[in-house]
Amino acid sequence: MKTFTRRTMLKTTAAAGALPIIGSSALAADPLKVAFVYLGPIGDHGWTYAHEQGRQDVIKKFGDKVATTIVENVAEGPDSERVIRRLAEDGNQLIFTTSFGYMNPTLKVAKRFKDVKFEHATGYQRAPNMSTYNARFYEGRAVCGTIAGHMSKTGVAGYIASFPIPEVVMGINAFTLAARKVNPDFKTKVLWVSSWYDPAKEADAAKALIDQGSDVIAQHTDSPAALQTCEQRGPMAFGQAWDMSNFAPKAHLTAIVNRWGPYYEARIQQLLDAKWESGDTWWGLKEGVLEMSPYNEAIPADVQAAAEATRTGIIDGSVNPFTGPIKDNTGKERLASGALGDGDLHKMDWYVEGVQS
Amino acid sequence: MTESLLIPIIMTIVGAATPILLAALGELVVEKSGVLNLGLEGMMLIGAVTGFAVTATTGYAPLGVVAAMIAAAASAGLFGFLTLTLTANQVATGLALTIFGIGLSALAGENYVGQTVDVFGSVFPAALAEHPVLRVIFGYSPLVYVSLLLVAAVSWFLRKSRAGLILRAVGESDLSAHSIGYSVIGVRYMAVLFGGAMAGIAGCFYSLVLTPMWAEQLTAGRGWIALALVVFAGWRPMRLLLGAYLFGAVMTLELHAKAAGFSLVAPEFLAAMPYLATIAVLAIISARKTGKSLAPACLGKPFKPSS
Repeated sequence: MKTFTRRTMLKTTAAAGALPIIGSSALAADPLKVAFVYLGPIGDHGWTYAHEQGRQDVIKKFGDKVATTIVENVAEGPDSERVIRRLAEDGNQLIFTTSFGYMNPTLKVAKRFKDVKFEHATGYQRAPNMSTYNARFYEGRAVCGTIAGHMSKTGVAGYIASFPIPEVVMGINAFTLAARKVNPDFKTKVLWVSSWYDPAKEADAAKALIDQGSDVIAQHTDSPAALQTCEQRGPMAFGQAWDMSNFAPKAHLTAIVNRWGPYYEARIQQLLDAKWESGDTWWGLKEGVLEMSPYNEAIPADVQAAAEATRTGIIDGSVNPFTGPIKDNTGKERLASGALGDGDLHKMDWYVEGVQS
Repeated sequence: MTESLLIPIIMTIVGAATPILLAALGELVVEKSGVLNLGLEGMMLIGAVTGFAVTATTGYAPLGVVAAMIAAAASAGLFGFLTLTLTANQVATGLALTIFGIGLSALAGENYVGQTVDVFGSVFPAALAEHPVLRVIFGYSPLVYVSLLLVAAVSWFLRKSRAGLILRAVGESDLSAHSIGYSVIGVRYMAVLFGGAMAGIAGCFYSLVLTPMWAEQLTAGRGWIALALVVFAGWRPMRLLLGAYLFGAVMTLELHAKAAGFSLVAPEFLAAMPYLATIAVLAIISARKTGKSLAPACLGKPFKPSS
């Protein structure tokens, strides 16, 4: 918990000190004012960086039809409410709040500013003027799992995980199910490091998993430390949130890249057309909010083809990563046939067969 | 099997222990002189980003380490000016230094995010450094050997050298030291600068050895563990060495236990372990009733000579 406290302290000071508002370019007669609230700095290693790329896409597409504002380093919780309210008072018509912890503050401000539209990432609370959005990251993990199933010689993957919340659990399960489709004996060893971001611990976790026989490492933590470890030690690994291949040119097989641009563009277009409606959006590979970074040349052509088949299958709907029969890791049958629905995924708290947690 | 598992485990433990040891060793000297600098985490981050930036620019890691020592010592000097010259509250100033270091390193490192440097690897020939068994002795970064030498040096300095005795005198009874003509403030400045330089090396160990990259808050709270370690070790360098390796072993073995499929304790408990162990040690110390605390008597007290 201490890490969060100090991070919060830093962000509080940063926000109070400057409120760094950049990028307001009022050129056109009446541009649509759009604001983004970021958890980290733009230069973090993934999450905020990816959202910023989405904003850049928006600027490219709409030019001076929109005027965007960002606020970086906004602590989750009460402090963010002040920032969000300020943005609403400043006349922004659409405000994206890009972290789970902004949920209640966003809702509070949304109730006060009925004419302003709000978009909250990864949450579940909505209002007539407040939508939620998230990405189906698990689809990308199924592609990684397919590659892992083919590439792993030991048949054991190491999975560095942060916290056992449904989003992480469904990623582990999608990865393992896809790998077991290729290699029915495939096992995933999950190592919880209880942190989203702790490079030294992530590296040590990777070492422990490698020493215990994993020859491919996946992660649901934010730093490229595990990839660096793999580059030194030999195993293969997958990047997280964006292409991390420069940290591990040999070990990096592919990465799940978050692309928020298509969603941001669509919502802004709807608002410009006066067609914006509150709702919940959960897009995936099909809609382009996540992509696989280029496959490493070390992956044989037939494996690349299998990965592509998974990816295109998910896009055209012929492949669902959670198709039955699915057994959990205690041997109990969870799904006889068909596929798990979004409701099941949202509250997933069990592991599929082959996961050791 | 033992060879293939035991040796990597030992090497991971050494890697986890060394930066904590380096930072704690510096803090130990600082505290022995009667100053409490809670800014370890901030100084480590300043060292980490400086070491990385200089190494990325020049391509020469030893230069990065030296630059990191200077930069972290400079931030320690600022702390010294505030607490020693201006007699500001040491606890508040130390905490401010941590927050300052987090922010400054993030700002300074902005352009280095996403870059890589070569690992500051072994100095021994590959035949030894990559030998399946002997690498457990020869396969480390030079900074590991430096840390061990420094433990011996600091231990000798504090126990045997004249300067070390003066430093301890300043920490135990600043007024006495002052009255027989020693410069209390001068000695404390030197100790604080040394502590900063050590924190700088510790920071480098993260950004150049363990995870050769720069990202915000790269040290992820290890500075606080180092602070706890000083107390845990009862302000003694050799115990500090044991304690650092013990903390490193607990952190590493738990990961291995979990990877092997069983968990010894809850991960949250493990994260709290260094602090719990420190509290336990403090409790044992105070229960011993020897009448003498291990902490330097003037720890954290500002020194204001009346004349």
